[in-house]
Amino acid sequence: LRLIHTSTAVQRKNVGASGPEKYTEAFIKKQIEEFNLGKRHLANMMGEDPETFTQEDIDRAIAYLFPSGLFDKQARPMMKHPTEIFPEQRKIQWGEDGRPFHFLFYTGKQSYYSLMHETYEKLLSAQKYQDQLIAQDLPLQKEKRNLAGSRWLTKIELEEMLLEKLSDNDYSRFIQLLQKLVALPCSDIEEKYIQKFSKEVPVQMQKVLIEPLQHDERGVAFSTGEGRRKTASATAIVYDNGTGKMTVNGKDILHYFPVLQDREQLLFPFQFLDRIGKHDTVCTVSGGGRSAQAGAIRLACAKALRSFVTEKEVEFMRQAGLLTVDPRVKERKKPGQEGARRKFTWKKR
Amino acid sequence: DDKLLTEPLNHPDFFNVKELFTLKDLFDARVHLGHKKGCRHRFMEPYIFGCRLDQDIIDLDQTMQHLQLALNFTAHIAYRKGIILFISRRRQFCHLVESTARDCGEYAHTRFWQGGLLTNAHIQFGAGVRLPDLIVFLSSLNNVFQPHVAIRDAAKMNIPTVGVVDTNCNPTLITYPIPGNDDSPSAMELYCKLFRMTIIRAKDKRRQDEAVEEMR
Repeated sequence: LRLIHTSTAVQRKNVGASGPEKYTEAFIKKQIEEFNLGKRHLANMMGEDPETFTQEDIDRAIAYLFPSGLFDKQARPMMKHPTEIFPEQRKIQWGEDGRPFHFLFYTGKQSYYSLMHETYEKLLSAQKYQDQLIAQDLPLQKEKRNLAGSRWLTKIELEEMLLEKLSDNDYSRFIQLLQKLVALPCSDIEEKYIQKFSKEVPVQMQKVLIEPLQHDERGVAFSTGEGRRKTASATAIVYDNGTGKMTVNGKDILHYFPVLQDREQLLFPFQFLDRIGKHDTVCTVSGGGRSAQAGAIRLACAKALRSFVTEKEVEFMRQAGLLTVDPRVKERKKPGQEGARRKFTWKKR
Repeated sequence: DDKLLTEPLNHPDFFNVKELFTLKDLFDARVHLGHKKGCRHRFMEPYIFGCRLDQDIIDLDQTMQHLQLALNFTAHIAYRKGIILFISRRRQFCHLVESTARDCGEYAHTRFWQGGLLTNAHIQFGAGVRLPDLIVFLSSLNNVFQPHVAIRDAAKMNIPTVGVVDTNCNPTLITYPIPGNDDSPSAMELYCKLFRMTIIRAKDKRRQDEAVEEMR
């Protein structure tokens, strides 16, 4: 008999070895019952009808009963349905007699491989259909699908769909198979199947709507625009058939902006479009400093002028930088430094 | 219930698998064609009929006997509700094998074999997994022309194996080898058809016998 010495470290249970906690169905069911009961208690507490107590009411009630000043919304107390809190997990894959449910269970990645199997089947059926059409001398359908507006699912989205971890290799293989399927001329039959794995990309160039000209009581056409720069925000109303007068907060620009540089900024949009003496402008501005207010009004005027001008000239204005919002704001001061970038004086000793 | 299980074992061919195939069927499906003489495995020499223009020809009489034994064995396993796993690492026939398994109601594995699938099953799948009771190899080599790891693992886990062995394969560790061609599509379709028919036949027989028992 050989006495095997084991230390307490070996006997201790390795907590992390079994992976993330697995929630049984019974546990989730109990959680759902507790949630429903708790919902009714909460409704009673708040004095509302338990039958018509929605999730928004719950959120409001919890925010009222347990006020929290924490920054992260996820860290605050919340009461949600258990299906939203506990991540979806795979239930046990085999029945009472031990036989697994899925025919590809023994591969390890059953959902992924069954997906590949299905996709390959669609490919084969498309090829068969194509052969039939060729045999009957019928023309193959050539409606070109719009590939520009759609993208395939990302690896993470696919993992969520299959509830299984994928490797990069697996994902790329699947995408290659889908592309092969799409490339076939007779893939119209499989449109529905392919749509499950493609998503629409929102068109990036959102067409900025240029507002049409509005008309005054006197019949004069005018247009409004808004602009921001640093902390200043401005609104400008540009009137047609004017003499080039500009008013800011009730004052003339000569009084409001004594510095030439600011007035040049205001006149730039008009100068660019050769409409210096043709428009009257009334502006309101608040916040910021001298230069920021000038920049804000410049942007507001340029936006207002878009309605008076052709599309080509709008494009010219955009390329000149008149229509872009200046993103530069004051950078925050960091601890351990004197300013945003300036460091404390470095002393050798 | 006991009688249900012991009765089939008293007959040499309870499920009559001999009628499923003839020598002509095997010949038409090109089962007798082996690889070239250079690829020949030493242990396959007893099963080879001869060599013509450097290509080995497999002895179909021996194939008939082995096939009958193998099909009989699979039928008995299916009759006793065992789990059958089809393995083939040939990319050409991956879809065919998976569809066959799905049609029978059994299982298939035609993908990359992860090391611990059989030997480390309780950790990979979870506690309480039931391992396959029979493994059928429709092609006994993997993509690098080496013997499939599952042959050795099944032998380690005491799981009986049935396998189609070509002239370049090692038939030693397989319990019921079937010397035959594993490269032609016609041969593979024939094997899939035969296995599918035997398993479905065995399962139907089981259902009938259980119904008869219940009626008594």
